[in-house]
Amino acid sequence: MIADRARSLWRGAVTVIVVLAIYEAVARSGHFAPALMPTLGVVLQTLLGSLLDGSMFEHAAATLYRVLCGFGLAVFVGLPLGVLMGRFRPVENFVLPLASALMPIPSLAWIPVFILWLGLGNAVTILIVLYAALFPMLLNTWSGVRAVNPIWLRAAGAMGANENALFWKVIIPGASPFIIAGLRQSFLRAWVAVIGAEMLAASNFGLGWVIFDAKEFLNTDVMLSSLIVIGFIGFVTERLVFGSLERATIYRWGMAQAAKT
Amino acid sequence: MPHIEARDISLIYDTPGGAVPGLRGVSFAMEASEFLCIVGPSGCGKSTLLNIIAGFITPNVGEIRIAGQPVRGSGMDRGVVFQDFAQLFPWRTALGNVAFGLEMKGVPKAEREATALEQLRLVKLEHFAKSYPHHLSGGMQQRVAIARALAYNPAVLLMDEPFAALDALTRDDMQRLLADVWRTTRKTVIYVTHNVAEAVYLADRVVVMTPHPGTVKTEVTIKLPRPRDPLSVEFLDYQKELLRLLGQDAKGH
Ligand SMILES: Nc1ncnc2c1ncn2[C@@H]1O[C@H](COP(=O)(O)OP(=O)(O)OP(=O)(O)O)[C@@H](O)[C@H]1O
Ligand SMILES: [Mg+2]
Repeated sequence: MIADRARSLWRGAVTVIVVLAIYEAVARSGHFAPALMPTLGVVLQTLLGSLLDGSMFEHAAATLYRVLCGFGLAVFVGLPLGVLMGRFRPVENFVLPLASALMPIPSLAWIPVFILWLGLGNAVTILIVLYAALFPMLLNTWSGVRAVNPIWLRAAGAMGANENALFWKVIIPGASPFIIAGLRQSFLRAWVAVIGAEMLAASNFGLGWVIFDAKEFLNTDVMLSSLIVIGFIGFVTERLVFGSLERATIYRWGMAQAAKT
Repeated sequence: MPHIEARDISLIYDTPGGAVPGLRGVSFAMEASEFLCIVGPSGCGKSTLLNIIAGFITPNVGEIRIAGQPVRGSGMDRGVVFQDFAQLFPWRTALGNVAFGLEMKGVPKAEREATALEQLRLVKLEHFAKSYPHHLSGGMQQRVAIARALAYNPAVLLMDEPFAALDALTRDDMQRLLADVWRTTRKTVIYVTHNVAEAVYLADRVVVMTPHPGTVKTEVTIKLPRPRDPLSVEFLDYQKELLRLLGQDAKGH
């Protein structure tokens, strides 16, 4: 188990090292101006500097705040609504066409509209994140509820479960493989959207804003160090948060299996 | 007054392909603490009848009375065990599954876990209280399901072919265990099976059903002392009689 973990970590590290080596070789080849393609040493120095003076943490905190607000709202709305869709036909009939029509519109396409309505700032960004994160949460939950084994509902009903107990103690855990997949997808979409939204709608904070702002001054090293932080936070949430959530629930319950090889 | 009474039950399934007759004019009565088996060929409406008694389906005609009261929907006076192993909640341990009914009743945690552990002891699984269902064998899962149905102390236990998917050896063990459990708890049991030997081993009385549409053909009272010896002449005679009634004996009639 632990040996497996170490091996997969090592394999991941190999990939990263190879990619970084290629980058470094190209950067040093002199094809591009150093200002446009700084060497790793420069990028790391900039990254370290921004970490030490705390500015990177402030930007990351601003981005995380926006993403967590939007993502939290998406879960708060999408989860119960998805359950209602799965349980009650009229709700499904009402929500599904709406979702099918809104879902294909990229969330970033709404930014100009939202800016006109709400002005620059956090509200627009959070709304964009909510828009991006809502549909994966909603539709996965809906599928999950429909995939709940009817025999569980029957058994619980025979043991005197009321609608409230059915919701919390049967439907939610019964749909958990889909709900966790929904949380995952939803967070990923939220994370992608927040960066885009910050580029266009944030006034002076956030990882996305850093990139956009650095472009004005050709600060490629700043842009790249911000990208590194964006990737790192995404990776850590994916592996640590959702990975442990899965291990503590559906793997433990035998409702899903980890890939064997 | 009989404990359970089925009065002239009829049910028609509405399907896209038209009306499918499920049951017609089914009546029987049973006393408290009686063990009743329902046997019949596949499709004769055994599960349908059990689901009606459990309150999952409402019949088109007739009614079920339990302790004099007409049945409306499911209720905690009845425990149900299904054939499907998947009936246990995978996200709860064996103990958590067994405690579910008590939890719904609002019994405090310590008390319901003590009761649940007692029920697991009854089906000889007290050492697996903390195991999740996917770590238990099929036979063990069905034992947990029995413990779960008994835990909130219903007067009636309804079982739909709970051991049909088990191998023959395990099934023999299960039947012996169930006979013991019934002797200790004295529940009123309705047990659906299409296995004649199982019916003769377990039942006080066997209701024989025939298909198209599902009706009660006859009833056979098993007058054998317990525990029963499946190799005794009398046991085999009852088995032959039931097979004859089901039209499955060697002579083909
Ligand atoms: N949900 C349903 N919708 C339509 N028809 C059904 C439904 N359930 C059962 N039937 C029909 O009703 C009849 C009785 O079915 P039932 O499941 O009660 O039989 P059974 O005796 O339990 O059979 P088995 O031994 O195979 O479990 C069958 O003809 C079946 O096709
Ligand atoms: Mg059946």
